[in-house]
Amino acid sequence: MSNELTGPGGSNLPAEEPIANPGLPEHTWRPTDVDEGAARRAERQISTLYLLSMVCVVLFCVTYFVADIGDNWETVLGLGASTIGLGVFLGLALLFIGAGTIQWARKLMSDVEMVEMRHPARSSDEDRGATLAALSAGAEDSGIGRRPLVRNTLLASVGMLGAPAVILLRDLGPTPSQAAEADYPGAGLEKTVWTAGMRVVRDVVGTPIKASDLEIGDLVNAEPEAIFPTEENGYPEMEGAVLNIAKSKAAVVVVRMDPDSIIPGEGRDNWSVDGIVCYSKICTHVGCPISLYERTTHHLLCPCHQSTFDLSDSGRVVFGPAGRHLPQLPLAVDEEGFLVAQSDFTEPVGPTFWERDTKDIGDQGEADL
Amino acid sequence: MRILNLTAGRLSRHRRGPLAGVLLLLLGLLTAGGLWTAVMAPAQAEKTQDLASQVEEGRKLFLVGCSTCHGTNGEGITTDRGNNLGPSLVGVGAAAVDFQVGTGRMPMAQPGAQAPRKDVAYTEEETAALAAYVATLGPGPAIPDESDYSLQGLDSEAQEAAIVRGGQIFLTNCTACHNFEGSGGAMPRGGYAPKIRGVEPKYIYEALLTGPQNMPSFSNGNLTPEEKRDVIAYLGTLDDAAAVGGFGMGGLGPVAEGMFAWVLGIGTLVGFAVWIAAHTTRSNRKKVEA
Repeated sequence: MSNELTGPGGSNLPAEEPIANPGLPEHTWRPTDVDEGAARRAERQISTLYLLSMVCVVLFCVTYFVADIGDNWETVLGLGASTIGLGVFLGLALLFIGAGTIQWARKLMSDVEMVEMRHPARSSDEDRGATLAALSAGAEDSGIGRRPLVRNTLLASVGMLGAPAVILLRDLGPTPSQAAEADYPGAGLEKTVWTAGMRVVRDVVGTPIKASDLEIGDLVNAEPEAIFPTEENGYPEMEGAVLNIAKSKAAVVVVRMDPDSIIPGEGRDNWSVDGIVCYSKICTHVGCPISLYERTTHHLLCPCHQSTFDLSDSGRVVFGPAGRHLPQLPLAVDEEGFLVAQSDFTEPVGPTFWERDTKDIGDQGEADL
Repeated sequence: MRILNLTAGRLSRHRRGPLAGVLLLLLGLLTAGGLWTAVMAPAQAEKTQDLASQVEEGRKLFLVGCSTCHGTNGEGITTDRGNNLGPSLVGVGAAAVDFQVGTGRMPMAQPGAQAPRKDVAYTEEETAALAAYVATLGPGPAIPDESDYSLQGLDSEAQEAAIVRGGQIFLTNCTACHNFEGSGGAMPRGGYAPKIRGVEPKYIYEALLTGPQNMPSFSNGNLTPEEKRDVIAYLGTLDDAAAVGGFGMGGLGPVAEGMFAWVLGIGTLVGFAVWIAAHTTRSNRKKVEA
């Protein structure tokens, strides 16, 4: 037995095995090996599975032509005929072929133990020597060592091929400086369309918000009035990417709370109107829109990574991965009593970017004072 | 007849006299006053009486069932650590009581981050009495009428437009917490935004008005009554929408659905792998060499 186990690479095995090779246990046969009747039964089982697969394919075709495939979504059990009929029958057809084949392998195919010895992965010394000789002969023939001018210009030309790639990458989008110079209001990462005196309007419906209409505990998902231009307000029409950029950067949440619960940040004493405060809706972590507001704690929670901002305390981060407070929009009321912005945001909204000004604006909230 | 005629004649003679106008005015006042006293006043008094007794009944129920946390006058109770055992109910209005008690959220079984919906503890009359009492504590939103949240009276085109607008308002204001399908979602510190599908329109309207627990409110100055009505109409259409994607699994979102696919799909594959690699039945008999 031990002689049989010494493979062709026998020279690499230890000279003497430390423990006597016990060999393989005695082979026991399957019922199908020793009983011709059992084997015939297995044969029938396997072909039945294959037949079932064919039946399923037929049912698939029948369903396709008979059942109402298309816009009828409630044909079978409140689900579409294509979901149930086509999906189930095609799945079963494949499943039966697989099951039959596994059954075939387990019951009827050859059932003998095989031993394959493990060999070292390293090539033999002769092979390694021959390969190295061929390589150095090639280098010698090409003269790459003798003619450094050819070698160096080749390396330089291949290296230069990186330049077109880098230049093309630039086309992936406007650079921050290009975006800032674009010809539309609030262009660039540093600014938004908010301007002094622009009304805060409700998102979707675009109606202005009267400060006296809001009650303590109210939350309004709002946008600047420039997003909803009408003849009356006179803002220019925006469309396409410009509109989407303006909308996504300028989105805000307006909440009203008990004025006594507001801890105004440095220089922000007059940024609220009777307890109404306004913050950017864009998370400073990776820019998800956030409006999960808790009325009693004044916390605004980002659903993406659970960054939590305290809207009664300059939008301070109280939990989560966000590194910066939520930018606050200074609010005022116009002569008709509607909420307006005192100015654009005093800092860029949204996540941090490379060129962002890193100066400390000194209002990171109560915990940092 | 003669006497009558005589009397009428005498009266008629005085009809332009200086006292006639005054007499007529007195007569008119007396008739109007008498009619008022006889017919209108008792009804009014009864109503006042009814409201007073309802408020009184509500106060009694409040003292037994609510005052432990909300204080004997609904002023709220603050704990030693500055938290609220129960918030002040001054100015929450009848709508808040109808929502909280009518959905079984109040009385709470135990204080905690969430007041879950459960079996209702009070009858409709008792809830109405509690609402009437709490409404006397301070001005607040009243219980909405069905006409506030029903699309009836609009033609089908206007109804469709209202539902579309309601959908946009819902996606902007509600989905952050309540999920795109209205299935609800997790909130900080063990709380959650409840599922709002299949909730009675009145309770959705009241929740919007009053902002239960940690939910911000959407008062009429924030979302107009029509906008609230549209949101409710949109939610109603969600229930009738066909499941074009197959099993919705409660619309709990990609994480829950992904988990389902992984557990079911990989579980099935593991089952097949076990079957393929399992030991086959062995026989004791030896193979007869031919």
